[in-house]
Amino acid sequence: MAADFSPFLYPILGGLLIGLSATLSLLLLGRIAGISGIIWGAFAPRGLEARSELEDGAGGEFGFEPGRLWRLLFLMGLVLGSLVFHIVTGRPMPVPSDNAGLAIVAGLLVGIGVKLGSGCTSGHGVCGIGRLSLRSLLATCLFMFAAIVTVAVIRLAGISV
Amino acid sequence: MKLFNISALLSGLIFGVGLAASGMTNPDKVIGFLDIFGQWDIDLLLVMGSAVFVTLISFRFILKRDKPFYAPLFVLPVSSLVDKQLIAGAILFGIGWGLYGYCPGPVIASLAYLHVNTFLFAAAMLAGMFVAKFLFVKK
Repeated sequence: MAADFSPFLYPILGGLLIGLSATLSLLLLGRIAGISGIIWGAFAPRGLEARSELEDGAGGEFGFEPGRLWRLLFLMGLVLGSLVFHIVTGRPMPVPSDNAGLAIVAGLLVGIGVKLGSGCTSGHGVCGIGRLSLRSLLATCLFMFAAIVTVAVIRLAGISV
Repeated sequence: MKLFNISALLSGLIFGVGLAASGMTNPDKVIGFLDIFGQWDIDLLLVMGSAVFVTLISFRFILKRDKPFYAPLFVLPVSSLVDKQLIAGAILFGIGWGLYGYCPGPVIASLAYLHVNTFLFAAAMLAGMFVAKFLFVKK
């Protein structure tokens, strides 16, 4: 019987597309496709956006302040891209845990963590390692380790979340 | 600057398709990947591996250029500093990620699925960024 490689097809294809997106961001926009940074830059109050945005005025059209519009478009693309994927392939849309309290606590921790740590899975993990940044490699190892320990503790404690 | 904005949308679209295709927008799958002492699901290692495989190669060539296509300069992180802030941040992020299974990219891409908890997570995450910025981040 031939081995069935199809389960690996989607993860590999998905990873290659994420790498392609990071490549296009750097090649076309000159930006790191770090999602936490893009979210912050899209919604941060005036005056707290990155200084470089004000210098090159990127994406300041249509009444948007520099640095906002392209980030909002990128985030809109994220939502549309995943929507299109499920519609086209017919694969079921995943359902998250129905524990609302946990969603809020975890969201707060992720928000505080990525701001303090200057990046998340995409910025440090995919792009930072791609740039051979030791700082990003260390951050990636740390958040992977913390996440693995968290899941292990939940499992060992037998808590259902 | 039109091409700049169109490129941003395109790049986001490809990223969104990649996240949905890879399984990263499925918190159960993410937690299965982090659960190395249980029924370890290695798929997401392939996601990370193939994404980094691409950037490791492409970034070397791109960063030899003087400037990107549609912007006057590359905007790259300058800090190589490893300090308490980076360490604490990465650990807090990892705990939150492990608790629910969403990290920032996937939670935004998952807004497409219209589940209330995805919106709650995203709102809390944004609030967390503000808290961190105003209370803790030096600079």
